Amino acid sequence: MAQITLDKLAHSYLAQPQSDADFALKQIDYVWEDGSAYALLGPSGCGKTTLLNIISGLLIPSKGNVLFDANDVTHLSPEERNIAQVFQFPVIYDTMTVEQNLAFPLQNRGVEKSEVNKRVSEMLDILELKDKAKRRARGLSADEKQKISLGRGLVRYDVNAILFDEPLTVIDPHMKWQLRTQLKELHEQFNHTMIYVTHDQTEALTFADKVVVMYEGEVVQIGTPEQLFDEPEHTFVGYFIGSPGMNILPGAVDANAVTLAEHSFLLDRQYPMLNGSIEVGIRPEFVKVTDATTAGSAGVPLQVSSVENIGRHKIVRGSVNGHQIDAVVEEDVNVPAEAYAVFDTSRLNVYQDSHLVRGNN
Amino acid sequence: MLQFESVSKKVGRSLHINNVSLELEKGSLNVLLGPTLSGKTSLMRLMAGLDSPTSGDIYVDGKRVTGQSVRKRNVAMVYQQFINYPAMTVYENIASPLRLQGESQSSIDSKVREAAELLKLTEFLDRTPLNLSGGQQQRTALARALVKRAELVLLDEPLANLDYKLREELRVELPRLFAETGAVFVYATTEPHEALLLGGKTATLHEGSITQFDSTIDVYNRPVNLQTAQTFSDPPLNIVSASVKDAQLEAVGTNLGQLPPNAAALTNGQYTLAFRPHHVSLTQTDRHHVAVVAKVGTSEITGSETYVHVTCAGAHWVVLTHGVHRVNNGDDITVYLDPSRFYLFDAADGALRHAPSFDAQAA
Amino acid sequence: MDKPLNNKAWFFVLPVFFLVAISAIIPLMTVVNYSVQDTFGNNQFFWAGTEWYSEVLSSSRFHDALLRNLMFSGIILAIEIPLGIAIALSMPRKGIWVPVCLILMALPLLIPWNVVGTIWQVFGRADIGLLGRVLSELGVEYNYATNSVDAWVTIIIMDVWHWTSLVVLLCYSGLVAIPEAYYQAARIDGASKWKVFRYIQLPKMQRVLLIAVLLRFMDSFMIYTEPFVLTGGGPGNSTTFLSIDLVKMAIGQFDLGPAAAMSIIYFLIILLLCWVFYTVMTNFGVDAPEKEVD
Repeated sequence: MAQITLDKLAHSYLAQPQSDADFALKQIDYVWEDGSAYALLGPSGCGKTTLLNIISGLLIPSKGNVLFDANDVTHLSPEERNIAQVFQFPVIYDTMTVEQNLAFPLQNRGVEKSEVNKRVSEMLDILELKDKAKRRARGLSADEKQKISLGRGLVRYDVNAILFDEPLTVIDPHMKWQLRTQLKELHEQFNHTMIYVTHDQTEALTFADKVVVMYEGEVVQIGTPEQLFDEPEHTFVGYFIGSPGMNILPGAVDANAVTLAEHSFLLDRQYPMLNGSIEVGIRPEFVKVTDATTAGSAGVPLQVSSVENIGRHKIVRGSVNGHQIDAVVEEDVNVPAEAYAVFDTSRLNVYQDSHLVRGNN
Repeated sequence: MLQFESVSKKVGRSLHINNVSLELEKGSLNVLLGPTLSGKTSLMRLMAGLDSPTSGDIYVDGKRVTGQSVRKRNVAMVYQQFINYPAMTVYENIASPLRLQGESQSSIDSKVREAAELLKLTEFLDRTPLNLSGGQQQRTALARALVKRAELVLLDEPLANLDYKLREELRVELPRLFAETGAVFVYATTEPHEALLLGGKTATLHEGSITQFDSTIDVYNRPVNLQTAQTFSDPPLNIVSASVKDAQLEAVGTNLGQLPPNAAALTNGQYTLAFRPHHVSLTQTDRHHVAVVAKVGTSEITGSETYVHVTCAGAHWVVLTHGVHRVNNGDDITVYLDPSRFYLFDAADGALRHAPSFDAQAA
Repeated sequence: MDKPLNNKAWFFVLPVFFLVAISAIIPLMTVVNYSVQDTFGNNQFFWAGTEWYSEVLSSSRFHDALLRNLMFSGIILAIEIPLGIAIALSMPRKGIWVPVCLILMALPLLIPWNVVGTIWQVFGRADIGLLGRVLSELGVEYNYATNSVDAWVTIIIMDVWHWTSLVVLLCYSGLVAIPEAYYQAARIDGASKWKVFRYIQLPKMQRVLLIAVLLRFMDSFMIYTEPFVLTGGGPGNSTTFLSIDLVKMAIGQFDLGPAAAMSIIYFLIILLLCWVFYTVMTNFGVDAPEKEVD
């Protein structure tokens, strides 16, 4: 296990990158703490896989260094870095049994036979694959194959980090849940440094202690799931995390008065003078939909265009003064014909040129 | 209208589709929901006429089409993989079905541009598919299906290979796009969440059989059996065996109180008690909620919600609560069950015996 | 049950049926016909029963030729399959050299059999051939026309030169289909090159290897042109394979009866051996192909 330091790291797939835009991964400086679970979250093409490949050693960065604890591993190959990786599509050795698959990395490293047997049998227990130990691995289901891929990393007690590249892509929803919680439990049990690449916010948020949100080759925010939900530092994070994403509308701010969709609200925070493009964001979870009497003076008229009942809750889509607003309401809430939206003003976030501005209390 | 009459499909010795009867109306959106290998693709291939059934009959608008080749049926299909003609531009890709139909150049041009506009492809019309992102490639395939004005549009997990957010956006757009064409619209997915967002009607599949076919929210709220309820639940449904004696419900060694009035008629015996993860909570919000003690496994915090995995009398449950709750692994905690949200299934055959009432929806 | 679709489909198969009948079944029946009759000319035929078959099967001439065939196919497979795999493994998987390698590999396949024979016949001649001259200058006694070992070596080299590319191309197609993640996973697991070959490349090449083995077996078992062009089956009978013997018998000696019986036997042997190869290779280390419904 190791702490991983990214030191002025950047990568371009071009031999001679000219401008910032040529970099698939723009400069990043960060220390991944030993034993933590991280998620790299972003849409395809955001550079998350590039970063993962640099950490695993499949790619040598054009700039900067990667350190495992105090050792510079920038130019070391994956096998020398002593890491494990689980890929998007299950990689298993077709002709071997489950047992042999798990023993393979140990045998390659010349581990003693009795020790191999001990660890393999232990791993079969942990992965709940005991009854399939003698089966040929190719006949198993996708989730079992992914468990084997993971197991091949875990049998080596001393791996510096375990990397996951969208490991649940080919898994059915029910098994996704099981595998994900199992992963989480394994992390709690063994405290490996884990890095998990995904475009799926649910996977990232549930898995990670800290989520690294990437967008167009840049890290836009690193934070706990709560931070990303409550105070997205960039409008992209607000949009990308949450389902539906944050409502982000053009607005105006004057000290403690915030204008949102042509309605003014007084906040208990003070904002400095802001220039540039000002936007105000509020999560659909913090927009209440009620009728005129309940709303009182806080309510603003909401033109409802659709109500989607998705079982657990309803998504109300509508507009306030022509600005698109989504709201999430409980499953047993009825949306009145003449609806009013009530914003939880303590949850309003102000953005200047897409970046969060925090007010002072 | 597309009609299946006791359709079965055998391949070799394995039964892929087992006695399916189904009626899909014109202009309707129908979701086929089921895990991998439950027969969604097999069923779609039968609908398209790519396969013919081993037994049973298929009718389109009352006319029997069993065994008729796919080329004679007016069908459009979009797959999970992005399938386009790699050597053609996006424009030509979208135009291809119209060219086959022998439309005039001006009509082709206007239809292609209209479809491209709807699917936000206008600026990519001159590119070839391989120079596009996955989302754009799939939108091209969708546009091609759209311009064809097929009577039957089959979408086989079309968004599975796309990014989460992109999926979210297309999911909202898709039903709207195809609703105008008046086609029978069939959408296969493994994800309950997707079915709910699409709405329309849902058929749940299990091992080649359709377990239920009804409006999506009704299937979700009133699954006919435990299998259907489990297929249609994400996160997984919490279940535990329970018994009823003299209108008292007992499970996990605890008396869960009097059965709700609309379930009072249930006979004494064994049942499977089921409830959804968001109907258990860590705090008591209503005096009718029943407290049981459970052991914490792991917890997952998404920022706005917390999933707590607990074990209660041998049963594994997920508790989904609002807000951030930090609980320690291995701790005993009290969770509160809401009896008004209980489902009871027959312990023997899994049939639904009692479902919560959904007055809110009815109103 | 009435199934309108199936009856119509048969109609479309009819032309193919005709073609197969004319090109295969009718000639085959003629051969069968010859193999059970005797003739003394004038188109007079007498029933001979299984006489020709027992004659062929008990003749040492047939045994020798069959043995030569089996040995030849064995040697060819033992050389071309490993060599083909080795070359395929050493070919680049991406970059500008890929098309160059592929074209170089495909070249021998484009040359007709008899031309290959002639090339090597001239190439190997001790008096005027480059190879023959060089060898004799080096003091190696080499003469395919008089030494049967030399003749065998020449024919085998000829075949290896001509056909190894086919194995290479087939294996290469299998290799490039292996996703990059497999190699990355193997590196991370610390697998040696040999283990990567043994546990990833070889299993993934299995299907194409089966095709390669079948094609090379059938083809080498039916070898005719090369020994015919080189030495006409000599020196002595040392390169007289079944096919050459068959032609000698049928056209040289005009023994139509035994020749017909021999070709039927020949045909059945090939069929049997192909079946054996197929069964062994499909069952070796493979489960039944995974069924996919969805």
